[in-house]
Amino acid sequence: MAALLRVADLQTHYVSFGGSRVVKAVDGVSFTLDDGETLGIVGESGCGKTTTCLSIVGLLPPGARIVGGRIDFAGEDIAQYSPRQMRRVRGAQIAMILQDPMVSLNPLFSIRTQVGEPAFYHRGVRGRSLRARVGELLRSVRIPSPAMRMREYPHQMSGGMRQRIVGAIALAGVPKLIIADEPTTNLDVTIQAQYLDLLKDLQQDTGVAVIFVTHNLGIVARMCDKLAVMYAGKIVEAGSVRDLFNAPKHPYTKALIGSMPKLGNKDPLFAIPGQPPDLARLPTGCAFHPRCPEALPCCAAEEPDEVRIAASWTARCWRAEPLPQEHAKEAHAAPAGS
Amino acid sequence: MAFVTGQTSAVLLGTSPPSAEGDRRRWLKLARGLPVLPLAILIPFVLIALFANAIAPYDPTDPIPGAKIFEPPFWVMGSNPHALLGTDFQSRDILSRLIFGARVSLIVGVTGTLVAGSIGTTLGILAGYLGGWVDQVIMRLTDAWLALPALVFAIFLATMVGPSMWNIVIILGLVYWTRYARVIRGEVLTLREREFVKLAEIAGASSHRVILRHILPNVVNSAMVLASLTIGVVIIAEASLSFLGVGVPPPEPAWGSMLSDGRSMLMVGDWWLTIFPGLCIMLVVLATQLMGDWLRIRLDPQLRNL
Amino acid sequence: MGQFVLRRSLYALVTLFILSLTIFTVVRLTGDPVTLLAEPGARAEDLDRIRVEWGLDRSWPIQYLTFAKNVFTGELGKSFNYEMPVSTLYFQRLPNSLELALAATLISFIIGIPAGLISAVKVNSAWDNVGKVIALFGLAVPGFWLGLVLILIFSVWLGWLPTSGQGGWRNLIMPAVALGWYFAASLLRLSRSSMLEVLRSEYIKLARLKGLPGYVVIAKHAFKNALIPVLTLAGINLVVMLNAAVIIEVIFAWPGIGRLLYEGIFQRDFPLVQGIVMEAGIMVVLVNLTIDILYAYIDPRIRLTK
Repeated sequence: MAALLRVADLQTHYVSFGGSRVVKAVDGVSFTLDDGETLGIVGESGCGKTTTCLSIVGLLPPGARIVGGRIDFAGEDIAQYSPRQMRRVRGAQIAMILQDPMVSLNPLFSIRTQVGEPAFYHRGVRGRSLRARVGELLRSVRIPSPAMRMREYPHQMSGGMRQRIVGAIALAGVPKLIIADEPTTNLDVTIQAQYLDLLKDLQQDTGVAVIFVTHNLGIVARMCDKLAVMYAGKIVEAGSVRDLFNAPKHPYTKALIGSMPKLGNKDPLFAIPGQPPDLARLPTGCAFHPRCPEALPCCAAEEPDEVRIAASWTARCWRAEPLPQEHAKEAHAAPAGS
Repeated sequence: MAFVTGQTSAVLLGTSPPSAEGDRRRWLKLARGLPVLPLAILIPFVLIALFANAIAPYDPTDPIPGAKIFEPPFWVMGSNPHALLGTDFQSRDILSRLIFGARVSLIVGVTGTLVAGSIGTTLGILAGYLGGWVDQVIMRLTDAWLALPALVFAIFLATMVGPSMWNIVIILGLVYWTRYARVIRGEVLTLREREFVKLAEIAGASSHRVILRHILPNVVNSAMVLASLTIGVVIIAEASLSFLGVGVPPPEPAWGSMLSDGRSMLMVGDWWLTIFPGLCIMLVVLATQLMGDWLRIRLDPQLRNL
Repeated sequence: MGQFVLRRSLYALVTLFILSLTIFTVVRLTGDPVTLLAEPGARAEDLDRIRVEWGLDRSWPIQYLTFAKNVFTGELGKSFNYEMPVSTLYFQRLPNSLELALAATLISFIIGIPAGLISAVKVNSAWDNVGKVIALFGLAVPGFWLGLVLILIFSVWLGWLPTSGQGGWRNLIMPAVALGWYFAASLLRLSRSSMLEVLRSEYIKLARLKGLPGYVVIAKHAFKNALIPVLTLAGINLVVMLNAAVIIEVIFAWPGIGRLLYEGIFQRDFPLVQGIVMEAGIMVVLVNLTIDILYAYIDPRIRLTK
């Protein structure tokens, strides 16, 4: 089955100071996503997860450019698309939910205007049908009294409700893929669970694929089928959520999982010592080796290759080894993360 | 995007008080990227103003002996070789008057700004630090003052008290302090919450000591940026007052009054009486503006949106 | 919105109070109000009449109240030279000043705002650099000097436009440009920085994420938001224009209140001077209040709260 989204060896760099300073925000990231699947991208601040998403939708900030790789969406390499072509994809085929609901909405326009826009511009819905469509969308994100609410303005709504509006906006164009960039980070803890449930239900109802960017593994456990762990611009481990949670192969993944508090477990919480590296001055060899409890001498010397641990499980670590029964399948190697 | 280096993040976190060492480093960095254009204009003007007596070819208030009135500058036909830039309606040398006028404009500009700055900064600090009703009163006063047309008021005051250079300085100071009050108050409000101030307060320092030792040194930067941006306004205000006849009184040369003198002859095309003084005003104000912009960007990133 | 309007009205009242109090105080501190208000050569009966009219034989608080009452009922005394009540004169000349101010504002809007917005959208391009230069010169070139230079070029040398007086558009254009010049530069700067900030906002990012066409993102989403701070400037503009108008009207012999003020000063017509300054101040406060209310109406954040 052809994947909905296939990112192959994506490289996005930030160039500043007239070319003298290059930051490899995304350095060879590959993964695939099928219809209806949910992929979680996890990592600390600055690891490149947001840049990866911005690369996919073609909205990189000035100074950033895709310098290599492919982004195959529904069969076409959208990394090569012109801005005009990308505009037709954004909102209609790929939508995005941003992190802070308090600033994501335009304060001067009504909810109806803002939610209706994708339908208006991409699907040509007008007038009364547009109003009906907006009402439908508001209902699907569980906003009570949609007819009344749609006449209101963002400042009249709470953060949780605004984030649902952002969700409605994402759905308005009937996309095939929704990228959610830390959608619950700025919400009250009590509202977070509600929102996640909503997203999960929406996904089941519409069959949309979701990329969930977060630094919170608990959310990943709840929402995602697959998981990709990023560090310093690379994916260090990728596979199904179950595999990675049960037996992580990369020391960073192990540390992340280990730092999650588990009910009933009295072991001391394990925190990762050190700081994420400065992407402009990466250490030699494996970027994680200065903080790695299992580092070997070779880790400082050379960057590890990607090891295929199982059919859909990869890790970038000198210590990682394929699972026994998978040795034979190595001959049929496919791009990482699929 | 979180590509922040170590030292920048320490500054962003705002936990360390501005230290003397940090200041020294900043001043050194400042010296590296000096703004050439504004300094190239300002330094000569300042020197001219300081050494006016030595530089000016003639006494600005006496007519040049043997010269006619309204003689054109030296490159125009019919000019007097003794008066490089021409003469005015009393046969006085324009060049000398311009030179001494620089002195007037710069002195009034700088001292007027100093007065405005002192009043405004003091009120701003008091309002920001003491809060409560003091803040309310000062803020309402500032709002009210800002709502009034400054120059019209200055004209009114100048008419009432009579023109003289020092009266003008005080009047301009009284009229232009409001910008300082507003901005400095904002700064003080944030400063007040910083740890090193709270530490001093907990240690029992009196308000007045905290203000002098901790708050004041930190608002100096903003005050300086504001000052450099305001000098231009004050200089133009003084020129306006002089033009209308309520500024620096004759025979003391002031660029504004020179413009007024030259107005009647403008109709017959004697352009030099108008162009030169105006050009001087423009250059000086331009230079201070550029200087202010440069200072603003270098000294205090928070003021970038001023 | 009601509360907002109420609060702003209260502030306006406070400002008016401070304005009147200041004028009142300045007059009493710098001279004898009786002699000031009386024409030269007045007789004893006239002096007594004035004392009664203005309550000058009573205590200061009563004097102030009388003054305030007089002002708010439009009784500002009689001009010496025109032999007319000051308020009549003021309102007679006001339309002329308004005509000039409106023309100047229109010109500044037409030049300043689009230039600023385009500079922001095409930031750091050639357009932007031109815009920055215009902004700089706008602030450095004194409006009245520009007026003189314009007269020199267009009236004296080219002979295209008349030098002074009120009349058709030919008379209006030069003073309007001279008056609006500074404001155009301020508008350019402000709309540029406002637009830049808006373009960096999250909601613009979301608008782009929706795949909206570029012109919709700019013209619909960004534009309205960027314009809000510009509106605020419009209020301050009136004040600035009033300041500059005095001189511009003098230069161009434009029969407005600025020129009236100048005449009053020159002819030592005290009631006229005091009256104009007072009226001008009141006008500014009222206009600002109106703009605040308008602003509240446009921004739904304010309109839809209590």
